[in-house]
Amino acid sequence: MIYLLFGYFATVSIIAGVMTVALKNPVHCGLGLLTLLLHVAGLFVLLNAEFLFAVQIIVYAGAILVLYLFVLMLLSLKTEEQYLHRKYVWIIFGGVGILGELLILILQSPYGGAKGDATAEVLLTTGPSHAVGITMFSDYLLLFEIVGVFLLGAIIGAIVLAKPPAAIDPEPE
Amino acid sequence: MSAMMVPLSAYVGLSAILFFTGLLGVLIRRNFIIVLMSVEIMLNAANINLVAFSHYLESMAGQLAALFVIAIAAGEAAVGLAIIIVVFRGKISTNVDQINVLKW
Repeated sequence: MIYLLFGYFATVSIIAGVMTVALKNPVHCGLGLLTLLLHVAGLFVLLNAEFLFAVQIIVYAGAILVLYLFVLMLLSLKTEEQYLHRKYVWIIFGGVGILGELLILILQSPYGGAKGDATAEVLLTTGPSHAVGITMFSDYLLLFEIVGVFLLGAIIGAIVLAKPPAAIDPEPE
Repeated sequence: MSAMMVPLSAYVGLSAILFFTGLLGVLIRRNFIIVLMSVEIMLNAANINLVAFSHYLESMAGQLAALFVIAIAAGEAAVGLAIIIVVFRGKISTNVDQINVLKW
């Protein structure tokens, strides 16, 4: 059963990723990206990360993608004839070659390492968001504060960039 | 439990395929907005990798890193789209080949 679900989510996310890159109309690309994000969220459920599943849907599919679609429709772009790089066949050829070699290495290599203490039983007894919260506000508190400052800077930067230029320097008459 | 688990290499392989899809999108697409979307695909591939290792090594560190990656992606999207609006206002184009003011 879990193999079936993994196969479904993996196949659809790969197809959606290829559609995002290959389709001509930018709005269709945005919808392909939406499909990809939702199926990656499904993969997070299979990996016992229910909190990340919720965050992925709320932040990615809910906020970031709506931002992309807003800008796409605000700019109302004409779809150009030449929407790919001129030598894209060679780039795809090289990329698929490197990817094939990488996949051979990945499927052959053994994986292992030091195991932590967040086993599936612990997660089931306390709940996934409890585990995430305890870890974030003990071991990763400094990182959390830094991300807060970073987001503030990003908001201010976006507002300053998107302001009309006439407000910044008025024309001298 | 271990009999019913998908092998970790399947997740890592899926993540590699998605990452290369995004990378090819950055390289071959000419529309600035689609290039940013391809960057989002690459960030999602990294997230799958982080969460898969977090699950198989039974540690919360990977999930926390993925959470911070999502926060950074939100900031990147906001600033990137603001830059697109500024460029579009000046040149009426989002083609990355025509955005070469900073090139010398």
